[in-house]
Amino acid sequence: MLFEPGFFASDPVQTALIIGGGAAVVSGVAGVFTVLRGQSFAGHALADVSSAGGSAAFLFGINPLLGFLGMAVLAAGAMDLVGVRRAQERDLVTGIVLGAGLGLTALFLYLDVTTHSTTGAAISVMFGSMFAIPPSLIAPALAVGAAALLVVGLIYRPLLLCSLDPSLADVRGVNVRAVGLLHLLVLSMAVTLSAMTIGAILSTALLIGPAAAALRLAHQPVAAILLAIAIGLAATWGGILLAYDSYDWTPGHGWPVSFCIVTIIFAVYLCTGLAPRPRARA
Amino acid sequence: MFSNFMMNAWIVATIIAVVAGTTGFFVVLRGNSFAAHALPLGTFPGAAAAAFAGVNELFGLVVFAALGVAGISQLGRRQRNDVATALTLIFLLGLGTLFLSLSREYSQGVFALLFGDVLGVSRAEILPVAVISAIAVAATALLFRPLLLSAVSADLGAARGVAARRMEFLFLSILGLATAMALPVVGALLVFSLMVGPASAARLIVSRPLPALLLSVAIALVIVWVSIALSYLTNWPVGFFVGALAACSYGAGRGFQWLAHKAQVPSSSTNALVG
Amino acid sequence: METGQELLALDRVSVTFPDRQVLTEVSFTVNRGSFCGLIDANGSGKTTLLRTILGFQAPSAGRLRISGARAVGYVPQKIQFDADMPVRARDLVALGLDGHRLGLPFPSRAKTRLVDEMLTAVDATGFADQRVGNLSGGQQQRVLIAHALIRRPKLLLLDEPLANLDIRAVAEIVALLGRVCKAHGITVLVSAHDMNPLLGVMDQIVYLANGRAASGPTAEVVRTEVLSALYGYHIDVIKVHGRVLVIAAGPDELPLHEDHHIHVAAVP
Repeated sequence: MLFEPGFFASDPVQTALIIGGGAAVVSGVAGVFTVLRGQSFAGHALADVSSAGGSAAFLFGINPLLGFLGMAVLAAGAMDLVGVRRAQERDLVTGIVLGAGLGLTALFLYLDVTTHSTTGAAISVMFGSMFAIPPSLIAPALAVGAAALLVVGLIYRPLLLCSLDPSLADVRGVNVRAVGLLHLLVLSMAVTLSAMTIGAILSTALLIGPAAAALRLAHQPVAAILLAIAIGLAATWGGILLAYDSYDWTPGHGWPVSFCIVTIIFAVYLCTGLAPRPRARA
Repeated sequence: MFSNFMMNAWIVATIIAVVAGTTGFFVVLRGNSFAAHALPLGTFPGAAAAAFAGVNELFGLVVFAALGVAGISQLGRRQRNDVATALTLIFLLGLGTLFLSLSREYSQGVFALLFGDVLGVSRAEILPVAVISAIAVAATALLFRPLLLSAVSADLGAARGVAARRMEFLFLSILGLATAMALPVVGALLVFSLMVGPASAARLIVSRPLPALLLSVAIALVIVWVSIALSYLTNWPVGFFVGALAACSYGAGRGFQWLAHKAQVPSSSTNALVG
Repeated sequence: METGQELLALDRVSVTFPDRQVLTEVSFTVNRGSFCGLIDANGSGKTTLLRTILGFQAPSAGRLRISGARAVGYVPQKIQFDADMPVRARDLVALGLDGHRLGLPFPSRAKTRLVDEMLTAVDATGFADQRVGNLSGGQQQRVLIAHALIRRPKLLLLDEPLANLDIRAVAEIVALLGRVCKAHGITVLVSAHDMNPLLGVMDQIVYLANGRAASGPTAEVVRTEVLSALYGYHIDVIKVHGRVLVIAAGPDELPLHEDHHIHVAAVP
């Protein structure tokens, strides 16, 4: 049976489908720009660093969404503060911020363990807890996602120009620095959503995977974005379904949902290798 | 702090700082920051896989490190380097989630694998760490000039017969080796800070290649020793201090550069005449 | 036909890529000790030609011969040096000597002396201890030339060394290259898209257009008939105050007939 009984009726599944779907959409959009700008490392780093916020949320008992988002935004600001354009130096600063942020994660998780003795904190912060998201989080999470999409919609043209040809954007009077910062903010929001669902470590999969696959198939930006969203949704919902069904297929315990999602994404990417190469632009 | 029990931690940490400072010099020079982070992170599922398969943990780590190096090199032919690194990381971590869920008893070790357990290192672990470190440092020293030349310019390297792609693969392999060795001790996420922070500062303070590498090692040693001392005193994780101090060293490097520039500005007008 | 004078000889070399033909039956020879300018106004073939000569690119057809000289010095175009890189001008020149050797670079008096000699030869002693990334365009070119020359090659190839340099730096580099050629007997092959800065030092010119080449003494090649045949439509060559202007005629001009071949005697 494809849809095991109780799939659509289950509350955790509904929450997962909604928030996961939102994460897939926002990650798909942000991911295409991130890959175009060569900032995959920043995208991954923001996710890892946001885990510091997640573990802080555990520690101080605040809303996990706020924790993840706050930390990601802080890190994005730090990365932009140094304000460098050379890709190599940008990656270096990303790395430094990442290292500091992970140190904070280590500290908060340690304090979590000593104060609350939750050994599972590490796993759930880093690898997500798709089926354990409280339904009260749906509205704020979707609001964050909508805000991210709104920002992208507002700066779509300048963002596209800066991503494809920064020097041309400069000449045309676009504030490349401001656009870069806004992109990092959108990235923070995308990363927050996915970190909460499939975990900080794996959110890179939802950000980069569908976008990389989409850009292999489509050279037009709009087509690539739509394709990335489609792949992300298919992987997320497909993964949730697989994970749910697997409880019945392998008695005892099911496959982790993050694994299912990541596997589908990677499989799709590998399949794009079979597609004919799009003809290079003249 | 210097009891017998702690000596192991001091020794291992010193060895790791030497390796991190050495390889880190080239990580920063060649712009391999993402790979330096992704390799350890992608390697850590190897421990879970090893536990599941019932083999030696180090073996699992080496296998996953090799997969990581292979993935980044191969995918790097079709994709931009950062996307290739991200995809390899995704693949390995995906496998990791699977093994983690299959081997229940391993979840306890996740924190230690990610963030390290320097203070808990045993005497028996020192020897393998020392041997592999020696190999990694020796390999880097052996390849010093070709790595430097191809980092400065791939074309200049090619003219000397130094193939850029081959150097990239060799260096990634050295990184993978250093990674697999440091991981169980310092954790997947923190050896990276030791690689990137000290080297980023050293290259700004010193303008010659070999002295910059030595300074990078020296800074890494200082960071690691201070971090262990502070961790011992406060009981907070070593990784927190390493990450913070690495960031401070980057800032210090930039500050030094800014000060040196200000001191030089009055004489820059004479430089213009040299043309 | 090999004479003792020829250092480099290309015989109907063609290079074809999957989507286009870059070089078509390019033939020319360069004699020892001469200064050859490789001019390509449209930027369509000179880098490929240089890479073919260097052995980075295999020709699809034709033969290429470099007599005797194993060492070819190469100055690539557009190297962006990171300003934070801990490599001084002096270190970069030293890498030209032993950048491929294994093992740590231990300083030796002989090596230092050789590096100093090179730096003096290119007038770079004044900034030898500065980071390469901090040097001006002209200074960097001089360091790169020293890097390429330190192994005493017989042939020195430079890919667009004059691009992005200000006028004074252009004159300095051209003068330096002229000295390298005449005073030290090194064969120099320089690619550029404008021949004018090189007019004073060039012994011969290889003019590329549409992937085909005409070669010979400058005065013989840079003529209306020759260049028009090369381009396939009418070209005017105008000489004003020692400068040469190559101008395409108006759009009404019809392309020349396909059969019109031009042979220019190679340098004897």
